[in-house]
Amino acid sequence: MAVRSVYRSLLYALLIILSLFYLMPVYVMLITSLKPLDQITLSQMWELPHSLDFSSYQQAFERLSPNFMNSIYLVVPATLLSALLGSLNGYVLSKWKFKGADWIFTAILFGMFIPYQSILIPLIQFLREVGLYNTIPGLIFVHVVYGIPITTLMFRNFYASIPEEMIESAKIDGAGIFKIYQHIIVPLSITGFVVVGIWQFTNIWNEFLFAVTITTSSQQPIMVALQNLSGSQIVQWNVQMAGALLAALPTLLVYIFLGKFFVKGLLAGSVKG
Amino acid sequence: MEPKILPSLQSGSSLAVSAKKRKRRNADQLMSIVFILPSILAIGVFVYGFIAWSGYVSLTNWNSLVPDLSFAGFKNYLFLFKDFRFQADLRNTLFFTVFFIIAVLVMGLMLAVFLDQKIRGEGLFRNIFFFPMALSFVVTGVIWQWLLNPATGVNLYLKKLGLDSLWYTSVKIIPGVEWGKIQFGVPVAVIAVVIAAAWQMTGFSVAMYLAGLRAIPEEIREAARMDGASELQIYRKIIFPIVAPITVSVIIIMAHISLKIFDLIYAMTGPGANFVTDVPGVYMFETTFRGNYYANGAAISIIMLVTVAVFIVPYLISSRKGES
Amino acid sequence: MKKKVWIYAVLALSLILSACSQSSSGQPDEKKNSGKLEIFSWWTGAGEEDGLKALIKLFEEKNPDIPIENAAVAGGAGTNAKAVLASRMQGNDPPATFQVHGGSELNDGWVAAGKMEPLNDLYDKEGWNDKFPKQLIDMVSKDGKIYSVPVDIHRGNVLWYNKKIFADNNLQAPKTFDEFFKVADQLKKKGITPLALGDKEPWTATMIYENILLGTLGNEDYQKLWKGEMKFDDPKVKKAAETFKKMLSYINSDHSSRNWQDASQMVAKGDAAMNIMGDWAKGYFVNDLKLKVNEDFGWVPTPGTDNQFMIITDTFGLPKGVRNAKDVKQFLSVLGSVDGQDAFNPLKGSIPARTDADVSKYDEYGKQTIKEFKAAKLAASLAHGSAAPEGFVTKANQAVNIFVTQKNVNQLIDSFKQASSELKK
Repeated sequence: MAVRSVYRSLLYALLIILSLFYLMPVYVMLITSLKPLDQITLSQMWELPHSLDFSSYQQAFERLSPNFMNSIYLVVPATLLSALLGSLNGYVLSKWKFKGADWIFTAILFGMFIPYQSILIPLIQFLREVGLYNTIPGLIFVHVVYGIPITTLMFRNFYASIPEEMIESAKIDGAGIFKIYQHIIVPLSITGFVVVGIWQFTNIWNEFLFAVTITTSSQQPIMVALQNLSGSQIVQWNVQMAGALLAALPTLLVYIFLGKFFVKGLLAGSVKG
Repeated sequence: MEPKILPSLQSGSSLAVSAKKRKRRNADQLMSIVFILPSILAIGVFVYGFIAWSGYVSLTNWNSLVPDLSFAGFKNYLFLFKDFRFQADLRNTLFFTVFFIIAVLVMGLMLAVFLDQKIRGEGLFRNIFFFPMALSFVVTGVIWQWLLNPATGVNLYLKKLGLDSLWYTSVKIIPGVEWGKIQFGVPVAVIAVVIAAAWQMTGFSVAMYLAGLRAIPEEIREAARMDGASELQIYRKIIFPIVAPITVSVIIIMAHISLKIFDLIYAMTGPGANFVTDVPGVYMFETTFRGNYYANGAAISIIMLVTVAVFIVPYLISSRKGES
Repeated sequence: MKKKVWIYAVLALSLILSACSQSSSGQPDEKKNSGKLEIFSWWTGAGEEDGLKALIKLFEEKNPDIPIENAAVAGGAGTNAKAVLASRMQGNDPPATFQVHGGSELNDGWVAAGKMEPLNDLYDKEGWNDKFPKQLIDMVSKDGKIYSVPVDIHRGNVLWYNKKIFADNNLQAPKTFDEFFKVADQLKKKGITPLALGDKEPWTATMIYENILLGTLGNEDYQKLWKGEMKFDDPKVKKAAETFKKMLSYINSDHSSRNWQDASQMVAKGDAAMNIMGDWAKGYFVNDLKLKVNEDFGWVPTPGTDNQFMIITDTFGLPKGVRNAKDVKQFLSVLGSVDGQDAFNPLKGSIPARTDADVSKYDEYGKQTIKEFKAAKLAASLAHGSAAPEGFVTKANQAVNIFVTQKNVNQLIDSFKQASSELKK
């Protein structure tokens, strides 16, 4: 038993050390963002601030808030639209399989793994052609389209767990494809919508490549604006850290309150589910 | 186009289905295709069509502001393979991918096994290891840029131990054998990026392994214990073989992330001195959208696509087969 | 039933939000229609933004009926803005007028692409042909047509030094390469970093090399290099690369994690003795670090470039296809006027492009530089896109980035030679 308790305390010690490592960046981000610029000297980097100073948040907020709103305008419609589309696709591909449906599904899935660089040049040409370049609707469109594979996958896996018998008996009762979707599938897929919604919300909020290439200046989402904070003049570390925290806040909050669903989405994203 | 009816239902109920209903069903099946058609078209055009278009651009002379779509053969590819920067990119991506995957697998399995020991406060620990995944690579890059800056961050402590490092500003390549135009070996600067990337992504492998471990029924372990197997043996003989397929999934997912990585490096280090932290994603972005070498950029993106496809296509096909 | 209501509510919300984003993104179109004059630049830093605002204010006083829109793009010392501009021009959505460096960036870029209107009539009307130096007008002209109006002049070949360090060690600011290395050796012995470099963005190192090229080749051969009349494997060019290599042995070890401001800061704080940077560094010293001109820091032309002026000039032109061309010309005439230049430049920390500006409005550095500008021979900067097209500059920066670490002279020369094939196009 003594061996066991030594082993247990060792285990806890290890876990605590590793936790500290994982929390270290957050600690530094927090204390730095609460210091005025003149307190950020190298030797004091790890020390707690002498007094709380929220001016860096104010500055970061001033500079980032328009982009923060851009991100909101982008993320909410894009998430909802792509979840809806994914739900429809998942429904068809799991409950109304036609010949070749599985291969079409695989072909759709490939789209979620491609490096987006490989479609970026035509995409920009296309958006310019249709007048959506450098607009939030353009970005929404892009995220909905390239969100199809992952949302389809997630809903398809999700609907696979709805028993076939339920659908069949509804069919026998004379329900058509719409009715079944509306009365059986949708009410059962609230969890599915939450999981997919959180997943898309997090991904689109955090996305950078499309954001930096498709939008410019006043249309840019927050991640690009955050990256630009470091690009000009002296790097004000406190403002940058405050900005990083602001930019991360929505997804962090989602994670804190709905973490269970986030992890579900994570596992669902690995194809086999 | 015939609706797929489960065998169990075929015998009894299908007879009962009237001709009218069958007709209705065919209409519904048609409708289902209408439902999914927009998505199929969108993927067809925006994924496959655009890849083809990028492929074509990579074979043209479009290397200035003004589009020039005259055919140039493989000129752009030949240029890349002779280019110092691209050779460095391939080297960096190789070592970044290898170290990143090893770090994520080892840390992930270790933490998952730890968390599987009926730990008190397991939920808290789990959240601590998972939360970085909710962050953007840009945020991660901004934070770790400071933590691993040679003049600040962790070096302040390491200096006291005499262990301070140049981190991502180091230009050392170990061992640095001449190869093509570059020195081949492990670029020390890449390690710093690996730390940041692994910090963010370990949670994924922890979650995957933990889900795998939790799916193993307690009875199997109990039975093994009854047979006198030690805990270590139980892990080695029973549990690890069961979670092995998870490892394959994690490797594939992590490999495709690391092969196309852009935002983390762009936000954290940039191409770096002597391109020690440059990757194809950053090169593609800079050469296309800053230098206006569109055809070169397209060629880089096609090479990236091929490297990712090498991992992904067999995986997709095998998981397709596994399902049916 | 409840759940369904919830879903419909969410859908409705999403539609409303997408409508919102539609309307917010509709703004650029409104801008075009309302005829707001969009001034596109990358001036968002401390002094430069003030200068731009002063200029806009002056314009609005004179033309209260023409509304102005300041469309400055932050980040990356102009690289972000240039990318934005490129995509807008390709999409045939040019800003009313935009910041562009005189020289190749203008002539081989936008003029060659057929995107600019000539401004000879404006020059004639305003009588500018003898108010700007001839060499400068040549930099913004192609085939006899003038395409933009210079607003400021920056000097690229300046060596900044910490006066206290030099005084404490009894050193004189170096004027030749020999003197430079002598001074550097003495500083190194004392444990002081002789030369600060921050090449996180590689153009800073490219600036050192171009200044060495100018100092080694002299003005005439330097010009020939960019016209393709002198080869990049010329022994003199090689010699410059050797000098560059030697100079790099005196820099700070963490150069690749610093940007130019961080490097200037080293000189300001006394962590390093010297720094080669354009004279926007003066603005940084004075505005951001509150240093005093000629007390805390001093300056000399980089070695071997006395009486030479590595010129970086910001200019504004008239893109083809803008709706309000008349208003743009109105803006350009304010920008090119003595009042306009004197409103802008003292704040930005640059000197006026006109030779007849009011010298009393400038600080000690400005006064001296205005004087030297009139007498000096001009040379176009490579690092800032005046000497060669953007494509060449990108390749040159890559080659220099590799060179700073590898210090392989032949490799550098080869890369330049390879890239120079583009110069002839």
